[in-house]
Order: sequence, then structure tokens, then C-alpha cells
Amino acid sequence: MHNLAGPLSQVASSADVGVPAQGPAWASLIVFLPLLACALCGVCAIVPAMRRTKLPAWITVALLGVSFVLTVLLYQDVSAGEHAKTVLVTSWEWFHLSWGDAPGQQFVASFGFYIDSLTVLWMLFVTGLATLIALYASEYMSHDVGLGYCRFFAAFSLFVFSMACLVMGDNLLLLYLGWEGVGLCSYLLIGYFYNEAGAVAAAKKAFIMNRIGDLGLALGIMLTFWHFGTIQYAELFPLVAPYVEALKAGDIGQIPLVVQAIPLLLMVGAFGKSAQLPLYVWLPDAMWGPTPVSALIHAATMVTAGVYLIARTYPLFAVSELALPIVAWVGTLTALLSATIAMAQFDIKRIMAYSTVSQLGYMFAGLGFLTSTGAAFHVFTHAFFKASLFLCCGAVMHGFAGQLDLRRLSGVSFMKGWGIVGIAMLIGCLNLAGFPLTAGFFSKDMILAEAFVTPGPGYALAGWILLVTAGLTAYYTFRVFFRVFVGPQHAEPGDEVHAHDGHDAHFHPHAPGWAINSVLAILAVASILAAGTYFIEKEQHGWVGKMVHGSTAAEIVVGEGEHAVRAAAFRHDLVGEHAIHGESHEPAGDHATPEEAGGSSIAHGSFLGMDPHAVMYYVSSLFGIAGILTAAYLHGPRGLFGLFIGSRTEAATSRADALVPALGPLVQWARHKWYVDELYDFLIVKPLWVLSHIFHLIDQLLIDGLVDLMGRLPSIGGRSIRPSQSGVLHGYAVGMASGLAFLLLLVWLLTL
Amino acid sequence: MTGVIDQIGGMLAQAGYPAPMSVLTLSHYLFVSAAMFTLGMVGFLTRRNLIIMFLCTEMMFQAAGIALIAASRFWLNHTGQSFVIFVLTVAAAEAAMALALVVLLFRKRESLSAEEWAEMKG
Repeated sequence: MHNLAGPLSQVASSADVGVPAQGPAWASLIVFLPLLACALCGVCAIVPAMRRTKLPAWITVALLGVSFVLTVLLYQDVSAGEHAKTVLVTSWEWFHLSWGDAPGQQFVASFGFYIDSLTVLWMLFVTGLATLIALYASEYMSHDVGLGYCRFFAAFSLFVFSMACLVMGDNLLLLYLGWEGVGLCSYLLIGYFYNEAGAVAAAKKAFIMNRIGDLGLALGIMLTFWHFGTIQYAELFPLVAPYVEALKAGDIGQIPLVVQAIPLLLMVGAFGKSAQLPLYVWLPDAMWGPTPVSALIHAATMVTAGVYLIARTYPLFAVSELALPIVAWVGTLTALLSATIAMAQFDIKRIMAYSTVSQLGYMFAGLGFLTSTGAAFHVFTHAFFKASLFLCCGAVMHGFAGQLDLRRLSGVSFMKGWGIVGIAMLIGCLNLAGFPLTAGFFSKDMILAEAFVTPGPGYALAGWILLVTAGLTAYYTFRVFFRVFVGPQHAEPGDEVHAHDGHDAHFHPHAPGWAINSVLAILAVASILAAGTYFIEKEQHGWVGKMVHGSTAAEIVVGEGEHAVRAAAFRHDLVGEHAIHGESHEPAGDHATPEEAGGSSIAHGSFLGMDPHAVMYYVSSLFGIAGILTAAYLHGPRGLFGLFIGSRTEAATSRADALVPALGPLVQWARHKWYVDELYDFLIVKPLWVLSHIFHLIDQLLIDGLVDLMGRLPSIGGRSIRPSQSGVLHGYAVGMASGLAFLLLLVWLLTL
Repeated sequence: MTGVIDQIGGMLAQAGYPAPMSVLTLSHYLFVSAAMFTLGMVGFLTRRNLIIMFLCTEMMFQAAGIALIAASRFWLNHTGQSFVIFVLTVAAAEAAMALALVVLLFRKRESLSAEEWAEMKG
């Protein structure tokens, strides 16, 4: 009996009735308005009168804002009924190749949009955050008004267009277009300050690293078409359904290896774009871009494209034995590694970058632990609090002439005009640290709990690693907060003094203006409200859970009611017939209450003999608060908020400095990012460099040599007989006479 | 060789052709022609004066002309003679051009030596 109430059976049944219904045509405006904004920014660059104003920013903010409003309308449209529904909106037919009548002899990719609740969830925060961050950037980029301003906002709008194509596309090819588009915009914006060698190198690094991942994605898409004969989601997912049925029946042998290879390739693309091991090193360098770019592209939206890809093609991932465990472990190790690096850095923006890599690791781990809800929820909450953290760092950087070193700044919150920045930073830090009852706390918990619930290779160990990482996260987050935002007031300017104070080299910090402050306030409020969504639709794990369940990313549920369990291919290896059920809170088991699950806690995954879902709140709070207290002890200023554990009285030093010798070389290693860049340089860059020089030599000596020889032969021939041309008349005459004599002699001899 | 020519003369007489006009046979003319041509060629190869060299070429022309006319008379065929008229015409034109060139060359170097000129050396 596999007649499930689960969401996957909805997918299967929608296949029976045919393709999803047509959606409202105006939905395509969500995608094309940002493109229009990009074109208008280009017009501004051409017209001198418009170039000298902030017009590009206002155009971008206005059109992205309209895009956001349309997304909200679309959300209401899609979620109006009982269940969130899936609709298609086709703008035009993009590719339609056919070389026969049989199925699979056609290649169709339309410029159309596949809109379900997952799409809408992603688009809501993409367009919403893009609007806010464009508003922030209108002030942040004000030093560059002119061509640079136009270029920035054109690339910014183009990014939103590409991201919308990626998220809303109804086929894998349009997703790929968007995927490459966001990569391009990322490259353009990281390299925005193209006069600086570091920015150019960082942009190239990001682009090349992503190429490696994109190769995997492209191969995955090709393999999908090769096996399934289609890359349109609406046709693809029904074709995957039989394999999912086979998986439910425990018959993994029926699933061809080709199908199992597809997720492994798609995964490589996701690791590249979302900065996971081993392709994560580009993201910290991407901080060369202007801070709004770091906030939008490299924290909130683009880097979550990998999570989106896996969530969107979740059925494909579920039918592979290896894919999801690899995703889980890569995510876990990335989270740990980058958290340790973040602990030892001094550049606050770079710390935020490593923390983004680390949090993306959590999201991947969540996907691997079969909680796409947890992953999507973490994407959602992370988008708000990380954007707000980055924008706070950006405000500091903007106000103190590019200063980002946490040893040279202190007590920023208490300076005049910096109150909102301080409060927004505190809220963002609490979220990132997973302080109880914040949005980041709930979303991280969901992933952590599933680590102990879901059966899988070493998932419990991965769960412990992620718990420790949560503690480290809290430590490095509040290390920044305690050192930069509270304590004795101190500020040294960065190296951009000249850019800020044209009249005088004398430095005076300037507090953020209304645009930055209002955006920070909105984001701070939004990241608090994001926690509230957890309590809406509680039976489906919050509003985000409801959105995910109504989409293709829904967890695959096997069995009914009490025996419901989320499926993965490795299920039978690790779980006997008798063992697992649980996951009673999943939608498939709407009548399986937590009490029932608690009644069989042996079968349920356990955390030190307790139900993970019940105790994880307390355990992760413990780790989070421990991290914060450690940070307060080591870096906290003396007497802050009545807390007497801190002792810091100046900006540059703290109790942590005394610990550095005790930890030996570990600190140095972490400070040097575990020498991963150097390792890659040694293992990949240097050998390639040597190889390219060998090839260059072969090219020069062998290939060029042959070609040159061919060219030189006539010239050698000519030079060797040139002396015969003496230019003297008698020479020629003698030649002619002797030639004649020779011929006559020949004739005479022959006729003799 | 004279025997051969007499034999030919006899054959021609038998065929009804008039007898040769004098004791001078074709071979005398051909000897003169060959001698003149050789003199001209030796002169061309040994002398350096452009005008002398030019005269030597004229002599070689005339040698060829004598051979042609002699053969023409011998065969009682007018083709050779008319050909010589053409040769003389061309030689006259060529003489005009060649002398003009020699004058120009002389003006350039104030010398008539052919060795002054080796511009085409490779």
C-alpha cells in the first residue's frame, strides 16, 4: 500500500492529470522588471544629465520594489486554495528541436516559469532583500555617483533578473542560464573596484571556481536529458516518480546507475555556487566587492542557489544511495572548517564571509539529513540576519573609511548616530549565534535535531560536529560584537581617508544616513519576525515548512501514519525491518502525534537516550550561550550591562591574546585559513603552471619550429643560388655562350 | 662536303631546277656566316666597351642573315629572304633604342664600360 497522503503522491497524481495549470501571465513581470531596470541604468550611463544623479539607484529600487509586490501577489494567488498549487507561466518557446516523433526525440526548453510554493518562498526574499539592499546601496555607493554608480546598479539589476530566472525557470536549461547569469554578475560586482589588483584576482578566482562547479551542473543536466528525454520540471518529476516508488518498495536495484549519477553531478554545481568544500575558497575573497553586493549576492541569495537546486530536484537526490550522505557530510565539514577559520580572523567582513560558508554548510547538512524544510528555513532566516550583519559591517566600513580590523575599532554602538547600527548588529549576532527564541535558533535547531533522528552514515557524529560548530559560531559572532560594537570608544580610519574627505586629510567618521539606517531597522525587525513564521502552521514545522511541503522539495515519506519514515536509499542498509518509524510530525503522518512517536523512542533516533526533537532546543541553547559567554569573557569590555566577566579596556588587546601561545600553532593555522589556499596553489595551480609552461615550450619549439622551417626553406634555397646572379653583363653572356656550347656538344654527341 | 653539295646540285638539275649561279657553293656562305658569328660572339665576350659590344651583336645578326639568305637561295625559296628583311627592320629599331640606352648609360657614369653596371647583383 503506497497510497500516501504525502506530497510526493501529489506530484505523482498531478502527472496523471497532466501538466500543471497555466498561471497568471503577469508573473513573468517579476523576472523582466529587473532586466528593464538594468537597461534603464545603461541609458542613464549614456545620458550625461542622468549620469550625474542618483537616478540609477531610484530606478532600481522602484522596479525591484514592484517586482517584490508582484511576488507577494503571486504568493497570495498560489497559496489561496487548500493546498499550495503549482502553475506554469510560459513567456515564449525558447528552444524546440525535434528529430523524430518518438518521445525523447524532442528537446524543449521554453522561457517559462514553474511556480510552486518553493519558487515563491525563494522569490519573496530575493526580491524583498534586493529592494532593501538597493536602497541601502543608493547611500553606500554615493561616493561613486557617475559611471560607476550606473555600472553597479545595472549589474545589481541584472543579478536579480538572473536569480529570478534561476529560481522561477520551468526547466533546467533556464535554471542554467540564471546560474551562469548570477555567476557573471557576481564576477562583475566582485571586480567592481577594477583598479585594485586584489579585487580583480578575487573576481577571477570566483569565476573560475564556479566554472568547475558549473561543469558538473552542465553534465548533470545533459545526463538528465539523456536518460529522461526532458529537462522540463513538469515532465521530469512524473518520470522520476516510478523510481521513488521503487525506493519506497525498498527495491533500490531497479534504479539505474545513470539516475544515481545525476544527483552526484548536480551536487558538484551546488557545491561550487554555494561555496562548499572543496570549492569554498572563492567566497571569502569575494568580499572585495562593495558590501551591499556581499550582503545580497554572497550571503543572502546567490550562494543559496545550490540549496535551491538540491531542494528543487530533491526527488532526483533521494533516489541515489550516495548523494544525500555526501551532501550531509560535505556540509558538516564545511561548517566546522570555516567556523574555525572565522574564529581567528581580524577582518570583520571576512569573518562574516566565513560564517556564511559555515551557515551554508548547515543548510547542506539539513538537505542531507532529509529535512529540506530545515534547510529552506535556515536559508530564509539566514538571508535576513546575514544581510543585516553584512550591512552593519558595511555601515562601519563606510563610516570609518574602510576600516574593518576589529583591533582598531571599539565601542561603535555608543558613538553618536550609530545606535541603530548597534542594535541591528546585536539582533543579527543573536540570530547567528542561535540565541534562544531567535529565528536562527529555530532554523538551526531543526537541522541539528534531524541529524540525530535521520538514519544515515555517521549522522549522529555529524550532529555532534554541528553542535560544537554552533558553539564556535556563537563565539566568533560575539567576538566581533564585543570588540567592535561595545566597550571603550576608539576608531582608527581605514585606508580610504582620501576618498571620504576631499577637503582635508583629517579623518572624522560619519554616521550612516537615513537610507542605511532605515534598511537596517527593517532587516532587524524582519529577522525577528522570521522567528514568528515558525509558529504559524506549527503542524507543518512553520510557514516555511508549509511552503516546502507544497513543492517538489518535500521530504519523501515512506509508509503511513505510525510507520511513516522519510526515505533515503541507504535506509535498508542501516535500518532493519523492525527498526525505524518516527518522523511523526511529517505531513504524511498527520494523525501520528508526537505522543505516538515518543512511545517508540528506541526506534526513533535518539540523543543521549532522549528524543532529539524535544531536547535539541535546550542543548543547542546551551552550546550557543556557552559560546557567547566565552566571547564575553575573552573579549567583553569591563562592566558591560552589569556583566563583570569582561575585562577589555582598550581596542587592540583582549584576554584571548594570552591564550594564543597556549594553543600553539593552531591559531596561526586557523589565521592562515588552514593553508587551504596554499594547498590548492601547490596541488593545482603550480602543477598547471608548470604544465602550461611545458606546453608553451612544446608549442614554441616543435609546432612553431616546423612551421618556421617550412617558411624558411624557400629562403634558404634562394640564398644558396643567389651568388650566381652577379649583375655583371659578361657573366650572363658567358653563361649563355657556355650553355649554348654545352647544348651543341650534347646534340653532337647524341647524333654521333 | 663538296661532294655532297655537288650531289644535291645534280639531283636538283635532274629535277629541272636551274644550275647554281657560281662556283661559290652554299658551304662557303655558311663558313662566312659561322666565322662572322664567332667573331661577334668572341668580341661580345671579350670587350667591355658598350658600343663595341653593341656592334658585335649587330655582327652576329648579320651572320645569321647571311646564313638565312644563302639557305634561301640554295632552296630557291623566298621565305628566308623575307625573314631577313624582318630581321633587318627589327635590328634597325633595336639599334636606335640600344644606342639611346648607351647614351643614357654613358651620361650616368661618364664611362662606356659595361663593368660599371652591376645593379642586378643578387
